[in-house]
Amino acid sequence: MVLTRENAVNLTLAVLLLAVPLIASALGQPFYVTLATRIAILALAALGLNLALGLGGMVSFGHAAFFGIGGYAAGILASHALSGEPLLFDLPGTAQMPIIWLVAVIAAGLVALAIGALSLRTSGVYFIMITLAFAQMVYYFAISWPAYGGEDGLSIAVRNQFPGTNTMRPLNFFFVAYAVLLAGIGLFALIRASRFGAALAATRQNEIRVAALGIDPYRIRLAGFVISAMITALAGALYADLNRFVSPSMLAWHMSGELIVLIILGGTGRLFGPLAGAALYVAFEFALGGLTERWQFFLGLILLGVVLFARGGLLGLLAGKTKHG
Amino acid sequence: MTISLALEQLLNGIQLGVMLFLMSAGLTLIFGVMGLINLAHGSLYMVGAFACAAVAALTGSFWLGLVASLACAAAAGAIVELLVIRRLYDRDHLDQVLATFALILIFSEGTRWLFGSFPLYLDIPPLLQGAVALPGDATYPVYRLAIIAVGALVALGLYLLIGKTRLGMRIRAGESDREMIGALGVDIRTLYTLVFALGSALAGLAGAIVGPLQSVQVGMGEPVLILAFVVIVIGGIGSIKGALIGALLVGITDTLGRLLLPQLLTLFMDPSQAGMIGGAAASMLIYVVMAVILSVKPRGLFPPAHA
Amino acid sequence: MKKILVAATMALSLGASGLAIAEPLKIGMITTLSGGGAGLGVDTRDGFMLAIKQSGNKDITVVTEDDAQKPELAVQIADKMIQSDNVDLLTGIVWSNLLMAVVPGAVAQDKFYVSTNAAPAALAGAGCNKLYFNAAYQNDNLHEAVGEYANKSYKKMFILAPNYPAGKDSLTGFKRYYKGELAGEVYTKVGQTDYAAEIAQMRASGADGIFVFLPGGMGISFMKQFAQSGVKIPVMGPGFSFSQDVLPAIGDAALGAKASGQWAPDFDTDVSRKFVTDFKAEYNRLPSIYALQAYDAGQLIASAAAKADVKDAEAFRAELLKADIKSPRGKFKFNTNQHPIQDIYLTEVVKKDGVLTNKTVEKIFADHGDAYAKDCKI
Repeated sequence: MVLTRENAVNLTLAVLLLAVPLIASALGQPFYVTLATRIAILALAALGLNLALGLGGMVSFGHAAFFGIGGYAAGILASHALSGEPLLFDLPGTAQMPIIWLVAVIAAGLVALAIGALSLRTSGVYFIMITLAFAQMVYYFAISWPAYGGEDGLSIAVRNQFPGTNTMRPLNFFFVAYAVLLAGIGLFALIRASRFGAALAATRQNEIRVAALGIDPYRIRLAGFVISAMITALAGALYADLNRFVSPSMLAWHMSGELIVLIILGGTGRLFGPLAGAALYVAFEFALGGLTERWQFFLGLILLGVVLFARGGLLGLLAGKTKHG
Repeated sequence: MTISLALEQLLNGIQLGVMLFLMSAGLTLIFGVMGLINLAHGSLYMVGAFACAAVAALTGSFWLGLVASLACAAAAGAIVELLVIRRLYDRDHLDQVLATFALILIFSEGTRWLFGSFPLYLDIPPLLQGAVALPGDATYPVYRLAIIAVGALVALGLYLLIGKTRLGMRIRAGESDREMIGALGVDIRTLYTLVFALGSALAGLAGAIVGPLQSVQVGMGEPVLILAFVVIVIGGIGSIKGALIGALLVGITDTLGRLLLPQLLTLFMDPSQAGMIGGAAASMLIYVVMAVILSVKPRGLFPPAHA
Repeated sequence: MKKILVAATMALSLGASGLAIAEPLKIGMITTLSGGGAGLGVDTRDGFMLAIKQSGNKDITVVTEDDAQKPELAVQIADKMIQSDNVDLLTGIVWSNLLMAVVPGAVAQDKFYVSTNAAPAALAGAGCNKLYFNAAYQNDNLHEAVGEYANKSYKKMFILAPNYPAGKDSLTGFKRYYKGELAGEVYTKVGQTDYAAEIAQMRASGADGIFVFLPGGMGISFMKQFAQSGVKIPVMGPGFSFSQDVLPAIGDAALGAKASGQWAPDFDTDVSRKFVTDFKAEYNRLPSIYALQAYDAGQLIASAAAKADVKDAEAFRAELLKADIKSPRGKFKFNTNQHPIQDIYLTEVVKKDGVLTNKTVEKIFADHGDAYAKDCKI
């Protein structure tokens, strides 16, 4: 791997994200470990979206639906495990993370297949709106469904377990999230470098030419959309475990907007863009929230400044323009 | 289900549709002419409502408040266009989404900074209070009829503006081919500022008109914004006619849906459950309709022809 | 030997003077200070801080942060306050869904929580906890009270609430005591602004009374539209629908509406009058029920802090349970599930000195607990 400027920045980010919680843990400040875990999980969620948006050019304003599906998978399975009641077809609930992740990913994949199949028949701003509409449908459904808390949400009393480690300790859970994030980044890099990834990027750049080459853009995009949804859902399951709580606010359009903001802040289409964006956003929210009641005002100003003056996001600033080839 | 109830609900649906039209007309104009997604449109609705409430409280006159709301919303729109939006025309939709999302935050917290956290008071002017009798033994508030009338007037005004004036001609040309009219010597920058201010004024008007019926509070524009987007997508982005038809469709579907769905379900289950499930289904209904329409006509009902 | 003697003398003299060494107490207040629901949070914070200030206890510090009505933000702030700021006790959350996100984690980390408003059934029944206290009520109480009042005075009620757990709980609570006929039971959308359809249904239903639970902006919209519609059926609801923070925005449309509450600003007792005067002097407006509840929570905590160290959980809890305070609402004591047992009154919206406010009409319930205490196994 060549040590380009971008790679250097990426490496620094990855190391920083690992270092901060280690130091914080040593200093007896567990809260910052939780903060770092939050960054890692949001980065994973945005990474999923980045596959569809950054690579595939599909601006989905409804990815919160998949984030929430992942979260609810974790919450529902955990609550059934706790109460002992069987879920569907006499299958029991479970508190094991790997199984929960599998369920979350499959559920989101199926829903994304349905949503994507319909939505990808449109394009441009129509696509943005129809993905929003579907996410809203899932949101209103979750609010009204009484069995799993509705608007009040669902508590996960004891964090779900990962074999071999005690996840209740913040640092251990951070390692789990960090490992999953690295795996996600690796997957993204693999896809981007593969033939499929090239085709996906091509559909973003020039759809007609792709079709002329004999590749069906619709299918490529659908596959990209589904994979992206599955990654975001995995992040959702982790998020539910982080907060030990799931609520329909994970499905609200604000969440979809936030995911897009994270990507743009960090740099659209960049490998480590989502991580940079998540780190920036969480840091701002935390620092400003402690300073003033009016923090949302200043957050808005900062975001505006980034869009207007820092094209390409943080990575654009630090690592320069994307090198092709 | 009596005639009077059905008639009343129909009128309510039309009134909701008219309010949505005021919001969507501005939104679709801005997108059609400038190619800009403006998430902050809901904030301009809020600005209009707050301006009206503040001036009405100061002067005691709703009508002065209405004028203030138009002026303030148009001014806010113009300022935002000059400072922020201008730099976004060449950018892609993503950057526009982020920038206008940031504007929402700024407007909301800024309004709260100025006016405090509690909702403001705004009441219907004495001239428009009371109700008129409808066939059957129902009564219908005069104010809501006035809203329908205003909506019809605005629709007529926009039709005349777009179809019969020079400005309208430039707007239509701008929608078709932005670069061409620049090449033909039309001052694009002023045109854009005008269109943005016009769209903002319409949103502010909607906020001020609806304010007396609802709560004037921070964030009041966001639910309306989502609905407005649904409307312009159903109607076809850039088409005022589409915005009108779409708005009426959404307004009537939502209103009748909220009435009929729970009643329909009462046939199968007890009222408490029917109410809950029917309510949930009614919330999702407009989105289902939008999904259906888009799957049949992916660019909306009346997409304007583009170059 | 000398040291022990000195220590013993000190202890004796302190005990004799009745003055405990005030132990430092750090309180974390998480409440909604931005967005549409900020009015309730601002009232909560102001009422609470007034009580702390009046306690004169210089060793109590309060850190306040805004949860923006987002559950995950509330959880994050709670974690920060517990792990980073080392608070001893949390309070202030307005909304039940945020409370449900925060409390299980807080009590698991051995921190007290005293609720200033939200009181979901889950935490009043089987989910109760020794460290969780509620200074306000149990969510169903105010709805039950209106149900009781309606049961005596109306035969055919039309009831309406938003379609989310607090809304469904409200109608369940109402029906627990109202045994008459229901002309309609409708669930509206959360955040809905246009109630024309529902009002038309009410007119057509032939009901002789209407019960609505529509907190915040929803209630404002509904009442204004209802007043304009010309429908003349009496409207009633729990105190939240007509609380002091929304009355100015509803305006005269609210006149005559009946509500239930544990307190109203016109209570004719010295304690209540002093509270209203002090609040007005400090903040230049009338206190709402949210301010009152937070004020009592503050008093409770201060009273416990004066007699026990929060680090000794058993002792602190025992002091809290005594509820040794003078509440503006009058009688106040805790039930077995650490929720209040109190009187609930019927109020009516009137205009006094040009200001809209709630006037007490009559007592509905005396010493009312809640329906979930029996499930609590503390």
